[in-house]
Amino acid sequence: MMIQDTVSETNKFRFVYLIKPRDFSNAGDASANVKAELQKHGIEPDVIRRVSIICFEAEMNIVLYTKGGKLIVEVDDQKVDILALDKGPGIEDIELVMTPGYSTAPEWALEYGFGAGMGLPNIKNNSDVFEIESEVGKGTIVHSIVYRRKNEIKGNN
Amino acid sequence: MKLKEIIERCNLRVFTPEVNFEDIDITGGYTSDLLSDVMAACEAGSIWVTIQRHLNIVAVAKLKEIPAILITRGLVPEKSTIEKAQAEGVVLLGTELNSFEATGKIYCLLKGIKGA
Repeated sequence: MMIQDTVSETNKFRFVYLIKPRDFSNAGDASANVKAELQKHGIEPDVIRRVSIICFEAEMNIVLYTKGGKLIVEVDDQKVDILALDKGPGIEDIELVMTPGYSTAPEWALEYGFGAGMGLPNIKNNSDVFEIESEVGKGTIVHSIVYRRKNEIKGNN
Repeated sequence: MKLKEIIERCNLRVFTPEVNFEDIDITGGYTSDLLSDVMAACEAGSIWVTIQRHLNIVAVAKLKEIPAILITRGLVPEKSTIEKAQAEGVVLLGTELNSFEATGKIYCLLKGIKGA
């Protein structure tokens, strides 16, 4: 199992997964585990649906394009907070990689149905808050928040 | 429509005999070979028609609550894919038809269009 540590406080829990580069036999397992844990904790189905998409795309990005990284998921009463960190190589032009359809995937990844240029846009589309930071040579941080009680938090007036 | 009926009417090959599909209901379908496209747009409860047959299609199906994947053009899934699908309870199916033909046939069945 990939859970590195699980911190549980009252109404708050956290899962950390180590994601290995090019590890296709386990790719998707972290996201599947996140989904199972959220279901176990009774999180709203629509939130789970969106978090699953975000985690899968973030996990696959780490597997396909980086030297490895971590997926950290934190859940509380208000939100699910997803942080994907990697050890590089980093992204030179963030605006370009956010363009739907743009991909740097190698030929072999395309044959496997990756590299549609939809990964980061999918993450953004399913997030209430989306942030991406990157430094070439260092790594990339993708931060995403999905609110659980949207109406209460964002105001419904 | 019951998956069982689709399997019978379209004469589909079942790669995962250990997964029980008697009670699975199929409410729609989606045809794509791009995993992110399926992640973005395929509805839960759908049959997914594709030529992809590697391990990661099972992860996608599981996350999106896709109960069955139909692999077209007579292609055969990798052994690891079949094992993972059995373990995760995803039904893997096969057909000699191409994705266009298979999609058309299943679409007609789901919509009750005759002559499929």
